[in-house]
Formats: sequence, C-alpha cells, structure tokens
Amino acid sequence: MVSKPKRSRTVVGVDVGGTFTDVFFLNEVDGSCDVAKVPSTRSDQSVGIQEGIAQQLKKLSEVSLIIHGTTVGTNALLERKGAKTGIITTRGFRDVIEMRRRDRPETWGLWGMFEPIVSRELRVEVDERVLADGTILTQLDASDVKSAAGKLLSLGAESVCIFFINSYANDTNEKLAVKTLKEIWPNDHITSSSEILPEIREFERCSTATLNAYLQPPIGDYLERLEGGLQKGGFGGEVLIVQSNGGVMSVNMARSFPVRTALSGPAAGVIAGAYIGVSAGFPNLITCDMGGTSFDVSLVADGESALAAQTAVDFGMVVRTPMIEITTIGAGGGSIASVDRGGLLQIGPESAGSDPGPVCYGQGNDRPTVTDANVVLGRINAEKPIGGKLARLDVDAAKKAIKIHVADLLEIEIMDAAEAIIRVANAKMAGAIRLVSVERGHDPEKFVAMPFGGGGALHAGALIKDVGLSKALVPRYPGVTSALGCIIADMRFDRVHTINAVLDDLDIRKLASEIKKTAEDGQKRLVEADVTFDGVEHLIELDMLYLGQTHTVAVRLPVGLEDIKSSLNTNVIRTAFENTYEKVFGRLLHNIGIRVLNLRVTVIGRRPKFDLSILGPSGDYTIEEAKIDSREVWFEGKWRQTDVYSRLNLPKEQVVSGPALLEQPDTTIFIDPDLEGKVDQFGNLIISRKNV
Amino acid sequence: MQKLDPVMLAVLKGRLEQIADEMDATLFRSAFNPIIAEAHDASHGLYHAKTGETLIQGKSGLPVFVGAMSFAVKMVIDKVEVENIVLKQGDVFVFNDPYEGGTHLSDFKLVKPFFHEGEIFCFLASVGHWHDVGGNVPGNYNPVATECYQEGMLIPPVFLYKEGVLNEDIIAILQSNSRLPGSLYGDLNGQVSALDLGDRRLKDLLQEYGKEKITSALVELNQSAARLMASYISDLPNGTYSAEDWLDNDGIIDEPLKIGLDIIIADNRMTLDFSRTSAACDGPVNISRSTCIASCYVALKHIFREVPANAGVLEPIDFIIPEDSLLSVGRPKPVCGYTETILRVIDVMFQVISQVAPEMSNGCAYGTINALSMAGYRKNGVRWVMFSFFGGGHGGHPNGDGLNHGNAPISTATIPPLEILEAAYPIRFTRWALRPDSGGPGKNRGGCGAIYEIELLEEKADAFLFGERGKFGPPGVIGGESGALNKFSYPTGVNGETSPPMVSKMVGIHLEQNQRIRLETPGGGGYGDAFERDPKLVAEDVRLGYVTANSAFENYRCSVSDDGILDQQETDRLRETS
Repeated sequence: MVSKPKRSRTVVGVDVGGTFTDVFFLNEVDGSCDVAKVPSTRSDQSVGIQEGIAQQLKKLSEVSLIIHGTTVGTNALLERKGAKTGIITTRGFRDVIEMRRRDRPETWGLWGMFEPIVSRELRVEVDERVLADGTILTQLDASDVKSAAGKLLSLGAESVCIFFINSYANDTNEKLAVKTLKEIWPNDHITSSSEILPEIREFERCSTATLNAYLQPPIGDYLERLEGGLQKGGFGGEVLIVQSNGGVMSVNMARSFPVRTALSGPAAGVIAGAYIGVSAGFPNLITCDMGGTSFDVSLVADGESALAAQTAVDFGMVVRTPMIEITTIGAGGGSIASVDRGGLLQIGPESAGSDPGPVCYGQGNDRPTVTDANVVLGRINAEKPIGGKLARLDVDAAKKAIKIHVADLLEIEIMDAAEAIIRVANAKMAGAIRLVSVERGHDPEKFVAMPFGGGGALHAGALIKDVGLSKALVPRYPGVTSALGCIIADMRFDRVHTINAVLDDLDIRKLASEIKKTAEDGQKRLVEADVTFDGVEHLIELDMLYLGQTHTVAVRLPVGLEDIKSSLNTNVIRTAFENTYEKVFGRLLHNIGIRVLNLRVTVIGRRPKFDLSILGPSGDYTIEEAKIDSREVWFEGKWRQTDVYSRLNLPKEQVVSGPALLEQPDTTIFIDPDLEGKVDQFGNLIISRKNV
Repeated sequence: MQKLDPVMLAVLKGRLEQIADEMDATLFRSAFNPIIAEAHDASHGLYHAKTGETLIQGKSGLPVFVGAMSFAVKMVIDKVEVENIVLKQGDVFVFNDPYEGGTHLSDFKLVKPFFHEGEIFCFLASVGHWHDVGGNVPGNYNPVATECYQEGMLIPPVFLYKEGVLNEDIIAILQSNSRLPGSLYGDLNGQVSALDLGDRRLKDLLQEYGKEKITSALVELNQSAARLMASYISDLPNGTYSAEDWLDNDGIIDEPLKIGLDIIIADNRMTLDFSRTSAACDGPVNISRSTCIASCYVALKHIFREVPANAGVLEPIDFIIPEDSLLSVGRPKPVCGYTETILRVIDVMFQVISQVAPEMSNGCAYGTINALSMAGYRKNGVRWVMFSFFGGGHGGHPNGDGLNHGNAPISTATIPPLEILEAAYPIRFTRWALRPDSGGPGKNRGGCGAIYEIELLEEKADAFLFGERGKFGPPGVIGGESGALNKFSYPTGVNGETSPPMVSKMVGIHLEQNQRIRLETPGGGGYGDAFERDPKLVAEDVRLGYVTANSAFENYRCSVSDDGILDQQETDRLRETS
C-alpha cells in the first residue's frame, strides 16, 4: 500500500536539545538541503522551533512536513512537571507503583529515596479482580468507578490511569472503567494499562501507563501550542513526532501515547547514524554522542539499531515500550576530574554540566573538566567557542584548576595532567563502547565509531585505537545529526500482548487472527496521517522461553500477513524458536516444554529517503585553500605544530594527515598524529590509521 | 617493580574491572535458574596467585561475595600446597564447602588458575547460587536443620577439569544429588563459560600491556584501596565503640542470640571485635569466619562507598572472632540461614558507626530475607513449588526518610512480579501493600515494610518460612526508634489465625483451598529523635497513611486528625510537656 506523494516542498526535521534547537531542511523539489541552529526556548520549545525554521525559510507555507524529536516528555519526567494524576486500581494493590520491584537506586549505600509521581492519596482502590487465566473473580461495579473519580477530581486530578491486576489477561473490567470514566471525566486524559501495555508484569505496566497519564496534559498542551503557532504562520502540512523506538507517529498518536516519546531526542540521532553509515558503506557502527554530562553509545549492526524492551527514566520511573538501546556513562565535556584519597585519577561522575560548565567558561565552576583539558591542550580553539554564547574561553583559569585539583596531587606537570584527564576520559568512553560491542560478541574490527553532538569528534581517534575499531566516521554536520535523523525516520507502530501459553496448547487460529487484527489496527493508524510511504512492512515476533526459564528470546516468525491463517502452525513456531535459541545460546535443550509469553507486532511505514550525496563537498576548494591556520597542540608529552582546516571546505578523497585540527561551526575534530582523515562523497570524514 | 604513571593505572583499573564485569554478565545471560539470572546471586573476579586475596571483582554480582570469594580461592591454594598438587593450564576446581569458602551450600564455586609464561599469574573464580543442591528442603532454606548434611550435598574442592579435560563423573555426582539436575547443569556450564571468557580477556590484556604493567597495576590498586580505607579510618575519633543486636532464635530453641561488636579505632587502623557474640547454635543461623569477614566488608562498603572491591580495603582492619562463636563455625554446624546472620552483622556495624560518625550512618534496614515457599500438587498430580524472598523498609538517614520496600543490603535482587507468580502457581495475592506504622519513628523516619497476603487456589498446600526480626525490630540510630517487627500469620481452626512458635521460622504449615497466609515485613529503623521531626511531615505521613494518627501522638507527640490535619498548638503543648 503506497500513498500518493503530495505537492513536494520542504521537509523539515527539528531536534530540540537542552541547549540548541537544530533544524534540517530538505527541499524535495530540487533536493537541496540546509541547516539552522538556534538556542532552545526552554519554557516553550515550540517558539525555538519556529525561530529555527524562520532562519532559512520566509514562509511556513513552503513546508510540507515537520518531523520533530522532542524532549518535552523527557524533561517533564525528569523535572517531575507532569499533570496531577490519579490512579484507580484493584483493591489491595494501590501501592504497586510505590513498591516497585523491591530495588534500590545504588548498589552501595542505603540512602536511596523515591517519591512516586502519584502520591498515595491519589491512588484509589475499587472492588474488582481478574485471575491470571483471565477469569473474572469479581465484577467491577461502575458506580465504584464514579465515586473513585469523584474523589480524584475533588483532589484536583487532571489526568487518570486505570490499572487493574491481570488486566493483560482480560481487559473487560478496565474497559468498563474507561467507558464509565468517559461519561464523567472533564477531559480526555484517560489512560488504561491494558491499552498502553497489555503485558504481564504489574509494576512495569502500571508505571508505563501512569507515566503516560502524567504526560498527556503537558504533551497535549505542547502539541497544541506547536500546531497552533505553525498554523498561524501559514503552515498547512503534517507534523510527526519521533518515538523512543526511532520511528515516528502522528500528533494524534503522540497525544494518546506520550510515554512513547520519553527518549525521542537521542533516538533520532541513532536513526541518522544508521542511515549515514549504510549509505557510506559502513552498516556496522557505534554512535557516540558526547554531551555536557554524559556519553551515550548505541550499536547499529547490519544497518539495524538494537532495541531495548524498557528503560528507567529515573529511579523507579520505568517505561516499558520498545526503544533504541542507548548506553549512557557519566563522561561528558563537563565531567569533573579529581584525584581520590587513594591517589587515583577519576573522571566524573560529578559534572559541571553546561551551567556553570567548565572552568574556562568563567561562570563560577573552579574544578577542572574534560573540556578544560581539551582547551589547555590546544585542541579546542579558545578564541572561537562553539555555539557563540561566549566570546572566548579562559585558558589560564582552566590551567590553574588542573594544577590545583590534579597536577599538584599527582605531582606531575600541568600539561601532563591535562593529557592524563583526556586519556582517562577516553578510557572510560572506550569502556562504554566495549560494553555494547565486544561484550555483546561483536568483533570491533568490523565496526566504525560515529561521533555526533558537539564533543565526540575530539575523542574519536583515540577511541578507535583504544577499542580496536576499524575507523571513525564523522558526519558532515555532527551537531545536527538528530535533526537529519528526523527527516529519514520511518513511521512505526509497536504493539505487545501477553499470550502466556505452552506452545503445544496454543490456539493457533486465535493467535493468527490476533496478529492480523493487531497489524491491521497498526496500519490504520499509519494512514491516519497524510504521509508518503515507499512501502509498508510488518514484523511479527513472539517472546519465547523454555518452561522454567525467566529470560525470553525474541523470535521473528517467518510468515507474511496475507496468508497467516494458512501458514502459521506449531511447527513453524517451534522451528523459529529453536533456530533463534541456538543462535543466541549455542545449543538447544531437549525434552523441555516451550512457552509463548508475548506477541509483538510492528508495522513500519517506510518513508522515502534522500540521497546523502547532496551533502558532499562542493569541490570549490583545494586542500591548501581549506587550511586556515596552524597552532600548537600538546600530544604525547610535547607541543606539535598542527595545521587547522576548515572542515566544510575540505575537498573529497584528499588525505589530511595527522596531527590536524578540523574546525566547523558545530564541532572540532582532532586527528591524532598516527591517524589520517579523508572526506567521502557524502561529506563524511573517515578517520583511519596511517599506513606504515 | 616499575611504578605506573597515574594515567596507566586508571586505564588498567577500568580494563581489569571490565573483565570481571563481563564474566558476571556472561553468567547472568546464560544461567538457567532465576536466582542467578534475575537476582544476580553470583560473582566473579581475579584473585592473588599466592594469597587468594581479591584483586579485582565484578561490580554487578552479589555484594557479599566480594569479601567471601578470596577465602574460596585460598582454600584451593591450601589444598594444592598440602597435597603437593602441580597445577596445569586448563585445570578447574569445583566445590561448595561453606566453612572455608564462605556463605552456604547453595553457592557453588569454580576456581581456575590463570597461567602466563608458564607461571600462575592469578586465579579466576566464579560463584553462583544453584537452585537445588539436595538436602531436606527444596531450595535448601531448611529452618530446622541441625547439621549441614540436612541442608544439601557438601562438595570439597575437586577437579572439574584437568588440563582442559572435563571430568564427567563429577557432573554425574552433582546432578544425581539435586532435585533440579537440568538447572544445575545449565548454571555450571554458564560458570565455565564465564571463566573461559575471563581467561581470554586477561590473556589479551597481558599481551597488550605486558606482565610488568598489569602486575604493577594490581599491586598499586591494592595499595591505593588500603590507603583510601586507612584515610577514612583516620578521620574517625580514636576510641572503643560498642553495640549489640539480636537474632530471634535458631529455629530449634526459642532463645535470642546476641551479635556483640566492639569497634576499636586507633589512628588509621580499625579492630572489629565480636567477642561478645553468642556461641555456635544448633540451628542454621551460624556462619563461618570467612562469611563474617565478608559481611563486614559489605557494611564497610555501604558506609564508605568510594572504596573499591579489592582486598586492600581490609588491610587496615583487624578481626577478633572467637572460635566458639556462631560467627566462626566449622563442619557440621548448619549454615543455610546465613543471610539472616550476616544481615545482623551489617546492622550492628551501622549501629556502632552511628556513635562514631552519625553523619555517615543510617537506621537499620528490615534485616530479614523472609524466604517463603508454598508447595503442593495440582489436580493433575504435577508438583509445584513457589519460592521467593520478600522486601521491607530501609532505615532513615541523614538525607531523609528511608526507602519504602527496598531489597536487602546484601543483595541487589528484585522481587518477581506478582502477576508472574499468579500465572505460574495456583495462588493469588489479596494484598501487596505498604505497611502503615512499620517505619521506625525518627527525625528521619524509617521506610515502610510491606504486607503480602496470599490465598491458595488449589485444594491443599504446605507453606515454609525462614525469616527473622520477629522479636527485635530493626534498630534506629542517633535516637531513632526501631522499625516494626516481622509478623507471619496463618489460619488455624475455623476462623482463627496464629503465628509460628519460632515467630518467623516454620516448616509444613498446612493450608486448605481459599485459606490465606499473611507476611508483614519490618520497616527500617529511624534516624534521629522522633520528637524533632517536623510536625508538618508527620501530618503528611498521616494524610498519606504511612503513619496512623495514634502513632503520630504516641511516637512523635504530634496531634494530627485521622485525615492528616495538624493541630499545631496542641502539638507544641505536647512536645513542651514531654
């Protein structure tokens, strides 16, 4: 099913980060593209978005489609600024959300604290009970729901979540509660746990559904402001929102399922990474996003990004929806270097963030950070800070901080201390890369590192050497990678449903019609939005395990949707399970029953891609003309005269030999003396070892 | 030996830790039994070639093993020396002796010498909690054991592999002694894979950096840990500080057992003297000396969070543990309930530290793992066994109130979802809730324990419980009060309800269809004087139902209505006159 392309105009990808709003423009008529970067407007992100678009386009009516990666949801969760929310739940279970899975925030130290987003008085119990096999033990009385709702409203609740025990097995009571609520609740902020996540595991379902309810009002308001503002400016197209799984959804879907945007921002960057990598001939890559406080890595194998089943936005705030798997460690530009009492040099976990930021920003922090070390070593140009907020960076203050807090304590020279900070930070980042690659059984030599964000490119060379990766690939515009990812992300609809049956007892006909129904529902949601697709695909997976195990494996069923009723049978499922299990664990277990826990159906609407070669260098400059400066950079114990190039002016296929610094508005790249760089036809810089 | 530059040291520290972490991850992924796969009751590390001391330990394993594993490795080293064994590349020992090697029979240790240039460079070891190792009670928590032989099979260090060749006979013996031989086989294989992986990674690292550098790094990391610990101790005022805490009973005789601890701080050294502790008991709450030291390490690591997981931490610490004490038993004393005793050792450590350094301390956590099982036969004759540990409150601390419903300080295990339990066994929970008034009163209140009520859906079943803190609640510190007692109730007669004679320990409680058992777990101890708690916080606690109005009056001297309205005037009057 392919829908008709619209009048082609400009497609806009917008990524709103903590500091900057990045915009990527793609003119679908002539294939040209452009970028813009404006400060984020924290109080209302939609203002920054309009300013960003206005930087390059006179009229919003020229825009046909806006795809938006947003941190509104993430911020509302982290800052606890969602709506006042109530929970209506089964008698005896109102504390599920507060009791969690009986955990604690830190392994060591017993000072953990947790405040649930819905306080105890706003969690009201009603008589109802479904058993694990779906039997209704106690019918719900609608009048109980009415009085519960009355209580919640009198306490000021704006949004409500229905969460009943075992509702994944039978949603009759939850549905009745929703129906009843719709008659009396003053708005449409009603979430039910079986609608959000009909999956076994009460805490995870309750938490996900409650966070959804908590986000509905703020995300709904935000989207309304965004659409309203855009329409006032003459925009007549469609807005799509990036989900944590790397796919996009319509604004309507985002209003109903805001929890799916919890990690929207970083997901878009990984999607872009995968696409850029595949286009450039590197389908195996590890994206590295270095921000002010953290270093995020994500693995893409054969062009596909790894998905995680759930994540915790904060301690006890679990969101269980498929999302791009991103591993985060506390090593960013703002991470503080210190020497502990045992005499060991540490980077992080404390961070100066971007405010007050590194010492060299001169905004009040006096403890040295990774960025300070880069400035002292000459790798960051103190006269030309990125982002344009500051006029220049204070190198002397950075030096002083490194002397007091590192060099003197280790009894080494300042420059050696600065280099030590970088090397320990690199080692930490290398550890994170090893965690997602080597430790998952991937051969690092087959992977390239792809730094994006502002800081990563300074460290890329060291990282490939530390981990044994083949190359590093720095995209043309590392600072706007996420915005680019928005443009190419596919539309995606995920659905999970717990089956929990032994394979031999499984009702195949029922499963087949369930799959068909779910897939058709997903497809319907895809076409709701007026969006162009190159094609639509379905992924049908079962979470399966041997009886007695607790960890499932995701088994992709080799069946199509059209003939599912005839092609699906127990043997097909068993064979698919055994093939997958053997691949993961190396052997099969015999004479043990097999359980089917969950059904997962994903509907993907493939959106048209654009040819990245339009990002390639213009060819207007020679390599000599691209050279803009030369300055001293400290490397391995001495100052080295280092050529500085304007990265965007570098011609393609010409080798830049290290040591070299490549500057561009949104980042600085350092090529170590034993490495070299080359720009490819897409404008990517490929860093590799020198041939000796 | 060359001294490493600080950068190289920090880099190698990360690389070495990553090897142990990766060994942990390998076992968690491939283990068959949920106690390892979900609860992470396992651990891996690198140990000194001559002394067995912990060099590097994984960060994600069970905290208590961080201290215990060095004893297990030492046991192998001693055996090799006494029996004049020549170790070869590819040898692996397997055993579960709890007396020298620590903890209890369920924990099987695999120890492998790592060779470099023809010499043993260090040992690699893996430990994991197996699902069933024989004995009288499935799952091996036998509250009425009087000898280790009733707890399970006891295997001394024997060769599992000789020069890389597997001894199938050993596996046959192990499997034949377990109710769950398949699970045992899967876990054993996972542990072997973890050791293999550690072997490969360490080889690579040695090749990359050379033996000299790695050796120096290990020595310097150890010295750095010792310096760090010594520096923390020297911050504490010299003197002797004492506290005691109690176990309810040993499950056999209903008499309390004392854990008495005197900590002597002398400049940068600390002595932990357990002389005032009760003698070894008949029941299964004894522990071995190695387990006792391991649990002290856990407490120290909770208090001084920055110290690393290597033996250097214990260098400035001296232990006095009398040989007849319940903290240093040998064969055949029963030890399966070691979790309860080490939790008590950790509690008493916090209580002593609260006198020396109140700002580093906290009220005691709920202090019992409450191993509860229900077992019976389904209508179709299939046997079912539900087994789980339950949660409770953490203590109040300098930063605020204790965590509600946390896990035990000795582990990072999570509780299974109740929906998974209901789907797997013929039971249903009728309550899964926080327990009001269970948190110990204090300026910063202890966190709440929980109430779990379970109804049997099949015709008949038996219940078993191994718990503690039924007579002595988790103590508060700096004037804080104790958390509520552990309470277990089961039906008796027509409508009656009773609790076990040994309070929280009992086997074979018979249940009929639709009967319910109820476990009410302790909250944490309070931190600081309850009368100093902000009355507004007390009123809020009443409004939210964490504390009753009656307790607000009794324990906090606050006048609060049942719906949480504070009478400030009356409260001022109450507090002035008390």
